[in-house]
Amino acid sequence: MIIELGHFALALALVVALVQSTVPLIGAQRNNASLMAVARTSALMQLVLILGAFGALMHAYITSDFSVIGVYENSHTTKPLIYKISGVWGNHEGSLLLWVSILALFGGGVAAFGTNLPPALRARALAVQGMISVGFVAFILFTSNPFLRITPTPAEGQGLNPLLQDPGLAFHPPMLYAGYVGFSMAFSFAVAALIEGRVDAAWARWVRPWTLAAWTFLTMGIGLGSWWAYYTLGWGGWWAWDPVENASFIPWLTGTALLHSAIVVEKREALKSWTILLAIITFSLSLLGTFLVRSGALTSVHSFAADPTRGVFILMLLGLAIGGSLTLYAIRAPHLQGGGLFAPISREGGLLINNLLLSTAAATVLLGTLYPLFTEVLSANKITVGPPYFDAVFIPLMVPLVLLIGIGPRLAWKRGDIAGALARVKFAGAATLAMLALSLVINGTRTTDIAGACGLAIAAYLAVASISEWIDRVRLTKSGAWTRIANLPRAAHGMTVAHLGMAVLIAGVSGATAWRQERIQTMAQGQTVEMAGYTMTFNGVKMVQGPNYAAGRADITVSRAGKTIATLLPELRTYDQPPQQTTFTSIHTTFYADLYAALGEPQGADGAFVTRFFYVPFVPFLWYGVLLMGLGGLISLSDRRLRVGAPQRAAAAMPLAQAAE
Amino acid sequence: MKRWPYILPLVAVLALGGIFAKRMVDIENGTDPSLIPTVLLDTPIPAFDLPPLPNRGEALRSEDLKGQVSLVNFWGSWCIACVSEHPALLAIAKEGDVPIHGVAWRDDPNKSLAWLAQRGDPYATVGQDPDSKTAIAFGVVAAPETFLVDKQGVIRYKQTGPITAADWKNKIKPLIAELKKK
Repeated sequence: MIIELGHFALALALVVALVQSTVPLIGAQRNNASLMAVARTSALMQLVLILGAFGALMHAYITSDFSVIGVYENSHTTKPLIYKISGVWGNHEGSLLLWVSILALFGGGVAAFGTNLPPALRARALAVQGMISVGFVAFILFTSNPFLRITPTPAEGQGLNPLLQDPGLAFHPPMLYAGYVGFSMAFSFAVAALIEGRVDAAWARWVRPWTLAAWTFLTMGIGLGSWWAYYTLGWGGWWAWDPVENASFIPWLTGTALLHSAIVVEKREALKSWTILLAIITFSLSLLGTFLVRSGALTSVHSFAADPTRGVFILMLLGLAIGGSLTLYAIRAPHLQGGGLFAPISREGGLLINNLLLSTAAATVLLGTLYPLFTEVLSANKITVGPPYFDAVFIPLMVPLVLLIGIGPRLAWKRGDIAGALARVKFAGAATLAMLALSLVINGTRTTDIAGACGLAIAAYLAVASISEWIDRVRLTKSGAWTRIANLPRAAHGMTVAHLGMAVLIAGVSGATAWRQERIQTMAQGQTVEMAGYTMTFNGVKMVQGPNYAAGRADITVSRAGKTIATLLPELRTYDQPPQQTTFTSIHTTFYADLYAALGEPQGADGAFVTRFFYVPFVPFLWYGVLLMGLGGLISLSDRRLRVGAPQRAAAAMPLAQAAE
Repeated sequence: MKRWPYILPLVAVLALGGIFAKRMVDIENGTDPSLIPTVLLDTPIPAFDLPPLPNRGEALRSEDLKGQVSLVNFWGSWCIACVSEHPALLAIAKEGDVPIHGVAWRDDPNKSLAWLAQRGDPYATVGQDPDSKTAIAFGVVAAPETFLVDKQGVIRYKQTGPITAADWKNKIKPLIAELKKK
């Protein structure tokens, strides 16, 4: 019964979305307030209906209602509650429902909190959101319905893939989707602005919190995915340039560019049509990220089952959303009023180069991801593009970007002083050289050591440059610094924290790549292995019983200079349903390094086992870096100017001259 | 006013959409390269001679496959789907119907060895294919892919993506029984 209610709510949501996507547009065109007000009501109604549908599906999973096909295929009564819940989005149909639920949350957010928006802009933006909603709710109802039943009701479900029964992966999709879908707000505002024919500072300020929230979610989502890969797959690796990973990383790159170019629109009214284009492209790439891997057009190692009918539907949806918005862009963007001029060396100039580097990086990753598809379609040749390509093209783009992050915030708007800015990053320059020398002395001078040292040096540069810029800005050494810190806009603090996060992340990537150590061996009870100054003692394997699995659990003592530091308990698990074996790694984290143990197969009859140990220095910095970047986003999101009523639009802003047809 | 720069994004996306659409049509018509059984179906396997993993058995040679029905599985320690396929391969190896030969594709031999040590080793022989020469000769798109080769060294079936217990029971095992009779 509850399932049918959910199904019905979703169908009703489609009707409401149809209303939301048309009536407010007519209202905005005719300047009819009551028609425009429909946008708000219908967005809130949609939120209630779609959350109702989502709740109904979740209820089916929690109560293990196996008469629902999706529940039967992906759940099991003995599964712990958290994985019953995460099982809702652990499959194609449910994850789409999660996607539209988040879309409805963002739409409802604008409806509820967007009271300071001009009614016409709000009506149009929500109408565009309504169109997206129509497309995807229809997609769910017609091709991927999660509410379908089977008879007779099976007694037990088939269980969730054990690889997905993991806390990191339970929360990875909602975070990632919140990021992807969050960019739909920037998209809707961009399309609304194109319809209106006006982009100004106020517009940029209204869009900013939504973009910032989406960016923060996406950052955390990608970080969670990477963390999961790191501790589950057992290679001490965290990024493999797999199509699915790239699909989330490309919108992150353009979203980061968007975040920065919108600042130029807000402060200087420049780069308008570029910012609009970025908003459209970022969401388009998010759509590509969510859906292309499901269409079968792109082969991925961990995609959902491909289904051509869905693929055609998806392609039509993408074509309508992206093609439609870009057609509108081609017609309207040439008429957008240009804004302030600026010298090449200026804050705007720096942000423009930042945008160029980020978009080029996004384009190269996109090219590498889609290239195999192009060659296959066009020439029937098969090729693969692997990490060497991505490393070779990506790193040279990132190094100048990082150097720029250190200098950019010190350049003045409109016309900057490069000599002055360079003079003020001299501490950072000194830190770079000091770190380079220090690392070479401590770690040696093999090729990998030099690469690692360069990475650490760049990280030191960025960290010192970011912190010293903040210190100079609040004049920390002069009296009254506390007041200045308190009065500095939160966005400025957020920027420093996020840039610092980037520095920490670079240190993590460099160190963990350069100095990872690994030992693999067969160990009998009592044997020891030395690695990076630590001694690992193997104390044998015990059988333990989990909620829905049985496991062999090894007991490994880690000691250093005779003192016990930690006990690692890696497991080899065999799940009951589906009967699959997985490894469960055990990690001990010191402040700057991970000691990581994995248990392999038994060898012989005398209780010997294969064991793998890793020593991965700096890898915690990766996660600290991601957390800092996310924190930076949150701090910036709390900025007063985003909450307090947005400024009135300049009365003089010229309405668009009727587009020459 | 210059209009063309504003039209460029649309043109680029339309071109991209065209490519995706062609791929979809290919899939509909059953000519998609990754979904069709492979153009190599019913043709002899390409010649190869792959070095073994360090201290692990013999080299993997195309010549050696002749004389008995066998499976050739392309895999890599970097491959996530291979992790999910692995229990099925172990089960097949345990049944003992057919030897499974592994091709460690684009992989560091030490990582391949470690992976097998950790997750179990279903392979009769494993050959290394670090520069994809053999993978390309077989037309492999993405790991894992598995080829069923008959006694004459002719490819009789290709599995794109992980072999599941159901695939084994319903498709591959019956086919092997049939090929063994010939």
